[in-house]
Amino acid sequence: MNEQTVILFTYFVLAAFIGFEVISNVPTILHTPLMSGSNAIHGIILVGSLLIAANAQTPLQIVLGFLAVLLATMNVVGGFVVTDRMLEMFKTRQPGGEKGKEK
Amino acid sequence: MIIATELIYLLASVLFILGLQFLSSPRSARHGNWIAAVGMILAVAWTVVVLRGSFTLAGIIICVMGVLIGGVVGVVSARTVKMTAMPQMVAIFNGVGGAAAALVGLSGLLKLAGQNPEFQSGIPDVFAVINGCISFAGSIIAFLKLQELMTGTPITYPGHKLVNGLLVLLILALAVVLLVVNGSVAVIISLLALAFILGITFVLPIGGADMPVVISLLNACTGLAVAASGFALDNFALIVAGTLVGASGTLLTRKMSDAMGRSITNVLFGAFGQVQVSADNGSGVGGHTVRSGSAEDVGTLLAYSRSVIIVPGYGLAVAQGQHALRELADLLERRGVEVKYAIHPVAGRMPGHMNVLLAEANVPYEQLKEMDEINDEFKQADVALIVGANDVVNPAARNAPGSDIYGMPILNADQARNVVILKRSMRPGFAGIDNELFYDHRTIMLFGDAKESLAKLVAAVKVS
Repeated sequence: MNEQTVILFTYFVLAAFIGFEVISNVPTILHTPLMSGSNAIHGIILVGSLLIAANAQTPLQIVLGFLAVLLATMNVVGGFVVTDRMLEMFKTRQPGGEKGKEK
Repeated sequence: MIIATELIYLLASVLFILGLQFLSSPRSARHGNWIAAVGMILAVAWTVVVLRGSFTLAGIIICVMGVLIGGVVGVVSARTVKMTAMPQMVAIFNGVGGAAAALVGLSGLLKLAGQNPEFQSGIPDVFAVINGCISFAGSIIAFLKLQELMTGTPITYPGHKLVNGLLVLLILALAVVLLVVNGSVAVIISLLALAFILGITFVLPIGGADMPVVISLLNACTGLAVAASGFALDNFALIVAGTLVGASGTLLTRKMSDAMGRSITNVLFGAFGQVQVSADNGSGVGGHTVRSGSAEDVGTLLAYSRSVIIVPGYGLAVAQGQHALRELADLLERRGVEVKYAIHPVAGRMPGHMNVLLAEANVPYEQLKEMDEINDEFKQADVALIVGANDVVNPAARNAPGSDIYGMPILNADQARNVVILKRSMRPGFAGIDNELFYDHRTIMLFGDAKESLAKLVAAVKVS
């Protein structure tokens, strides 16, 4: 193991702890949007996909790069949009105006 | 440039962490999603800036095409999907993310192919390929089950656990061969294929009702694959974001199993929900008959009640009956009936799914009661109106130790003075278990499509 690997490993361990900590108090009703939201975040693989696609030269590299970018973009864009759609519905009933009208 | 890159990735990571934190509180959740999205745009945009000099012509074309097509497909499908089909949509987006991670890993391995990859440098790519493939294949099966393109009941065969165990061993063995003995393309492809098969055989024996938990686990799996790619590409953003999802997804998986009162191992390996004939369950149930009523009977009962607790389930969502339900509830309230909604943590197909569906029909937030909050109120309720729910009110969870769902927390709908069940047929629920509540003498069944039944009830309440 070289020094760089150890540094990366440090990031990994710390991020794992933060990941556990950050969502330890999530209420049940937000499980679905939270899953969907974190699903969008792993779309960061788009960065990795761009890195391999950017200097593609052989046909194989081109095919792999294209598919990776395409799928990763679907993951990111679809993930955030679908999460927003779910959360939009939580939002509409929050303003005080609606509550008063009901009773 | 390198320092700027690291700083921007750090900023993006902070935004991801804040986004996740905001997502776990109802008030700030929507902002959280946007904060994370800003982090993503930042990381991706800066990566393009860094790469600007090294693009090949083909590289530019595939990146632009990929982002354009992927973006349009992503937006359109996310915008047009019905709220009821949300879980399978999430499964698909998770699956394609896993596939992307596997492809990135694959391209890394192919570069090293044939030259006996140095032991350490190959590990992350191998890990990314394995996890990405499992996540992709598993998500597809989860999608097919939720979309009901294939049976939701567990598909098992004798020794399926043994086969899965052997597959895991085989994959590990191949990974070792690839890394230290022979990094040939044939071995890489075999590894890819085996991981893909494991993804399928791992999810097949899991029942449709448990798919949300599986999707959450596969989500974590993709996260780890992405983190592994980060190691391979020496990329801080990938490691942090991937690990965050891996860790939070793992915890979320456990929380979801907890909400169903079951352990993760039971969910993943219990083949839960096989249609079964259990003696201790059947004897009490078989002898009784079902009392089925007309919409007029039920309408009158509801109209002259003081308090009604509605228990919505997936059947309501499938029938798109949430608006009709809201109409019925409004009508009852205008007559002075107290109406509340009892939301089981796993009502619908995913935890929190039902809240989203009812929010869509503008049901006031404060009428939605969580299970612990409302369970003691059923005793005082005149009517428990169960719309398209089944397993979440099955008393077997409380009093039939032999039953598959024994121990799952349920809504105490059986304690209400009257129970009205709107249901399409006598078919067992997603867990595949008969429900003795259907045969209770206080229960009236109203058969039919939930939306149509609700419309009939609205008409019946109006005239009574």
